[in-house]
Amino acid sequence: MQTQTHHKPCTSPEIGGVGHSLRRVEDARFLQGAGNYVDDVNLPGMLHMAILRSPVAHAKLVSIDSSAAMELDGVLAVVTGELMAQHNLAWMPTLSGDTQAVLATDKVRYQGQEVACVIATDRYIAEDALRLIDVDYEELEPITNPQRSLEADAPLIRTDKEDVTDNVSFTWEAGDKDATDAAFAKAAKVVSIETHYPRSHPSPLETCGIVADVHPATGKATIYMTSQAPHAHRTLFALVAGLPEQNIRIISPDIGGGFGNKVPIYPGYVVATAASLLIGLPVKWVESRTENLISTGFGRDYYMTGSLALDDNGRILGLRTDLLADQGAFYSDAQPTKFRAGLFHIVTGSYDFDAAHVTAKGAFTNKAPGGVAYRCSFRVTEASYLIERLIQNAANEIGMDPAEFRRMNFIQPEQFPYTSPTGFVYDSGDYETAMQMAMDMVGYDELRAEQAAAREEGRLMGIGMASFTEVVGAGPAHTYDIAGLKMFDSAELRVHPTGKAILKLGVKTQGQGHETTFAQIVAEELGIPATDIAVMHGDTDNTPYGLGTYASRSTPVGGGATAMVARKLRDKARKIAAHLLEASPEDLDWEPGKFSVKGSPDSSVSIQDIAFAAYTNHPEDEEAGLEGVHYYNPPNMTYPFGTYIVVVDLDPDTGVWTVRRMVAVDDCGVRINPMIVDGQIHGGLTEGFAKANMQWITFDEDGNCIGSNFMDYLVPTAWETPRFELGETVTPSPHHPIGAKGVGESATVGSPAAFVNAVIDALAHLGVTNIDMPVLPDRVWKAIHNA
Amino acid sequence: MQITINVNGTEHTADVEPRRLLVDAIRSDFGLRGTHIGCDTTSCGACTVLVDGVPMKSCTMFAVQADGASVTTVEGLKQGAELSNVQKGFAQEHGLQCGFCTPGMMLVSTALLEENPDPSEDDIRWAISGNICRCTGYVNIVKAVQWAAAQNGGEEG
Repeated sequence: MQTQTHHKPCTSPEIGGVGHSLRRVEDARFLQGAGNYVDDVNLPGMLHMAILRSPVAHAKLVSIDSSAAMELDGVLAVVTGELMAQHNLAWMPTLSGDTQAVLATDKVRYQGQEVACVIATDRYIAEDALRLIDVDYEELEPITNPQRSLEADAPLIRTDKEDVTDNVSFTWEAGDKDATDAAFAKAAKVVSIETHYPRSHPSPLETCGIVADVHPATGKATIYMTSQAPHAHRTLFALVAGLPEQNIRIISPDIGGGFGNKVPIYPGYVVATAASLLIGLPVKWVESRTENLISTGFGRDYYMTGSLALDDNGRILGLRTDLLADQGAFYSDAQPTKFRAGLFHIVTGSYDFDAAHVTAKGAFTNKAPGGVAYRCSFRVTEASYLIERLIQNAANEIGMDPAEFRRMNFIQPEQFPYTSPTGFVYDSGDYETAMQMAMDMVGYDELRAEQAAAREEGRLMGIGMASFTEVVGAGPAHTYDIAGLKMFDSAELRVHPTGKAILKLGVKTQGQGHETTFAQIVAEELGIPATDIAVMHGDTDNTPYGLGTYASRSTPVGGGATAMVARKLRDKARKIAAHLLEASPEDLDWEPGKFSVKGSPDSSVSIQDIAFAAYTNHPEDEEAGLEGVHYYNPPNMTYPFGTYIVVVDLDPDTGVWTVRRMVAVDDCGVRINPMIVDGQIHGGLTEGFAKANMQWITFDEDGNCIGSNFMDYLVPTAWETPRFELGETVTPSPHHPIGAKGVGESATVGSPAAFVNAVIDALAHLGVTNIDMPVLPDRVWKAIHNA
Repeated sequence: MQITINVNGTEHTADVEPRRLLVDAIRSDFGLRGTHIGCDTTSCGACTVLVDGVPMKSCTMFAVQADGASVTTVEGLKQGAELSNVQKGFAQEHGLQCGFCTPGMMLVSTALLEENPDPSEDDIRWAISGNICRCTGYVNIVKAVQWAAAQNGGEEG
């Protein structure tokens, strides 16, 4: 596909189709404090739930005495694992085919695990009652890293599984071992790296929560929930709780950020629903920040080794990587079933070579479970980080400029569609154009000259680059499913008689602006002004089935469904137009908003008139109405890419590094709303910077979570966050209906390596080859002094 | 304890426990749900309100401490039927995504512009640095405040 510097809109600003930076329709309610988040849902008679969590990381659960808690005024129930077990709900399936304790029955396996729940008339009373519950634990050795977990004498964490004798959660491989061995055998040079991509937490500003309302007379369960995937969650609720699916309505109202954190089903949701069912009143549970950070789905925690085989000229011959995943106590990663390490095998990145082999193993530890794809398409972030760090180190080792090394090894535009050594078929790309744009924007050659002079003066500065390729938009149904549900998505479009429309989606925004951008897709395809189209999502009773929003799949999959359903209606509109214009359908020309008779442009009919006729004067051989639904099964994934360049200044006395410049050139195909795309990139770059600079979750040797609040778990404020300079190229996806690729995660995927490469570039001449993230000042200082 | 708080120009009275947090009084007792809870520890600023014109984090203040005070929440930002310039700026410059931090961000921005009508970028970044946004990277929040400052200046000039 031809790469352009930007996409020119085909519709007028009044129609507001693809390419217009429309202001967001959802903003009006948020600006006036009229959003409706889960914690804003209050129902008559509603009760409140609080959760008692384990203070220790690994222990036998000896006894729970809740009698004193039950005596407190306002307490209706104390739910324990024993009670849940009576209803066969003490355990639940995870998204990765494991089981997870809802409330502990046998052991606690991580600090913060759910032990008991209090249901009370008020949250303050519920919290008071937690302190009156007496739990007797018999402590066991906590395992706080996967290396210890795999030792022969390590205590067994999953004693709940009859046939399990070790702490291995999964093993997996991809690529071709023999071909990779052969590539390494003939290599002139091998460059290796060993690094830890540390545990992090998505920590959206709104924590997770639920209001469960099971009606005692009808049995209808209306569940307001912080859900990125309401339809899939309804099905899982039906399977877990044994409730008839038609009696479950999941409403995911306004969501205060997700970033993967709101993909899994958490124990609190299950207990609140069960409590509402048993008591007959609505039950609310909203996490505290500490609950969110210590118990819900984390991201990353991969120990990675990687090696590149190079020939004499610096051409890459092959890549070998081995991974060890710290899984926590239950294997509850959210990812497609067939891919136990997610889509990590995109690790060959933007580079053209023949052989790659990936091996991976997961280990249980006494930490919170739930390796979610934190603003990333299933481990693509870890993969991108590893290859881009390897590229930097390889260039350094052979004494070549990292940009030149990339240029020499890039997949070339004429090679697309490109089949990667691990089996992906990249749809389109032009990596060198994006890289050159970033280099021109930042003034690359001048910076290199400045760097050389600075080294003479003993001043440290670094220029770091990352040229990432993502794989997003899961995905084709033949390959991708979650818990057996194929990863298609859907859109239903109803054009009303007055020409206004409502679009109902299977995907669900958490702030990405779907109510604006998906209306723009319809505007593009039907010529109905975007402002005349209401977008509805997140309510399973009123939207078609879909797998939800994560892994940058809304635009690639839900956006495809939206374009396709609009095209279905356009086909029908053509027949109605032919009827109105007394012409044959083939003799009509379409332009956004109207059909006209070929050769007589004055003889035309607008989409609004066609919509009216669909209900008042439709052709006799057509059904009435202008409504439709489409379930879109994408033919392939999409492959956004870009180049990020970071310039840092580094103080050798303190190890502190500061970002002087950050240039980001993204190519996400056609941009539906450029303003919103830029906003997504800003946010992603900030999260990438955060992980490179400060943001991680650690545990002490007893398994206490360090980072259980925003004073210990550092997320960047406006003061630390660097300024960003954005550029774009546009290489449309050839298979996507509107050529879009998805963008929500590119910047989080691509940027961490650019920041770290900049620090390494500043120190490489001293012999420093790696510092793990977060690149904290003390780590930098030690690296300088140990070099 | 009996308390009276003037919220957005309306007197609210409530009988609260001494330990009741101001944010709970605002959200649950007074029914104003635009003030959000993000961290419980004064770190994120989602619960920011103006107490007698000063930005305060209402998750770490007792309701009884606001007895007799005038509180402004996001619901009180509008100027008559119109959005304030800060509110308009957030919409114009795409200064919000999920909207959860937005009320607090707009309240500290409003207080900043009261004190400093023509802030530099650093002034703005410092003023909002007690408030966390996980979506925008702050870029467009800064632009939103600059937009509002320009509008305010235009009106005065």
